[in-house]
Amino acid sequence: MITHTARPLRVVLYEGTGAIALSAPARAQVLAALLDKGYAVTRATAQGSTGFPHDDRSLLVLGQFQNQQAPDLEDATGKVTIEARDITGLETLDIVSLVEKARGNKPMNQPGTWKPWFPVIDYSRCTNCMQCLSFCLFDVYGVSKDGKIQVQNNDNCKTNCPACSRVCPEVAIMFPKHQAGPINGEVVNEEDLRREKMKVDISSLLGGDIYARLRDRSEAAKSRFSKERSADKALEERKKCLTKMAQDGFIPAEVLASLPSPDEIMRKAEEAQARAQAALSANGTPA
Amino acid sequence: MSDSSPSPKLLYCRCAYAQVVPQSVKDGVLAKLCDSGTSFESVADLCEMAAHRDERLKAFANTTPIRIAACFPRVVRGLFRQAESPLPEDGVEILNMRVQSIDEVSEGMLKA
Ligand code: SF4
Ligand code: SF4
Repeated sequence: MITHTARPLRVVLYEGTGAIALSAPARAQVLAALLDKGYAVTRATAQGSTGFPHDDRSLLVLGQFQNQQAPDLEDATGKVTIEARDITGLETLDIVSLVEKARGNKPMNQPGTWKPWFPVIDYSRCTNCMQCLSFCLFDVYGVSKDGKIQVQNNDNCKTNCPACSRVCPEVAIMFPKHQAGPINGEVVNEEDLRREKMKVDISSLLGGDIYARLRDRSEAAKSRFSKERSADKALEERKKCLTKMAQDGFIPAEVLASLPSPDEIMRKAEEAQARAQAALSANGTPA
Repeated sequence: MSDSSPSPKLLYCRCAYAQVVPQSVKDGVLAKLCDSGTSFESVADLCEMAAHRDERLKAFANTTPIRIAACFPRVVRGLFRQAESPLPEDGVEILNMRVQSIDEVSEGMLKA
């Protein structure tokens, strides 16, 4: 599920013909303050190239206009609402409040409430092996119509958990907001390749040798698995695992705590495995 | 670039949602862009836009030549592709505020 960006307006800081330019520090302050609130801002001068095509329905043009008079602006196509406001003599904070007021109670995505944490695939490295899809228990990955691995439900990803990057044999999974390379997108070197190929011990993450059991897909194996997994044992194993991961500093404790029940893990892992196998056979790759 | 080439559009990413770009570098680059007198676009966070498949990414990807001040080029290209608006191979320069200095990024953005 992808939730769409709420984009109530785009701010244009206008310093072209008919407006007086702001001082350089004031300009930088205003831009930084608006960006840090989550607004997209265009700085428009008579110089350089602006005019990205855009589909914003609402533009708020700010400027130090002549005679402190904001002009009346109208979009010839009638599709975009354009409002202009004079900001002569206003401090940065006043300008931010003016913009907030113009937005009113229209919702907007804002920094501070959510961290954009999700995997990004480097398709120049990805071999479409589907290991990430088999691994993730939260349905983050899926397969595109043309049989390619895809990040489909990025909102399901657990904040600060880069575990799937470790199962990718090609170091093709990046988390842009991760601190360390190559997961943060740094160029991948030989040493990274060697190190990253030492995969996460999936069995310890899931609290048992689940993958061996998945490979042995007989009903007998499955029922043995269920019987062995008393709630206490699972909890004990998770604690052990948590300590190890916490020591490594790799996976946040909350992620382990939020893992589904052992039976649910088994079911989800099987589902993901089946989807990966279906995609691989559709692509003609042996599973 | 020949004289007849259009001047590149400039896009600055503030990395406001998780701030993995050092504050001093992103402030420094923004200040240099602001000092320069040139027009440019700025967004709060390309990651957030990609997460929500923001249509503006398509507009940016379709507008080359373009220079983008953000972070690792692998990430920036991956984000655009994930949002179904891949950046073309040619005509795109990505400056990396996570590892390059203020001067390197701003010179790369503003060079003639
Ligand atoms: S595990 Fe890596 S190489 Fe395999 S499909 Fe996922 S991203 Fe691609
Ligand atoms: S693209 Fe890079 S600089 Fe921009 S928000 Fe994402 S991590 Fe930060």
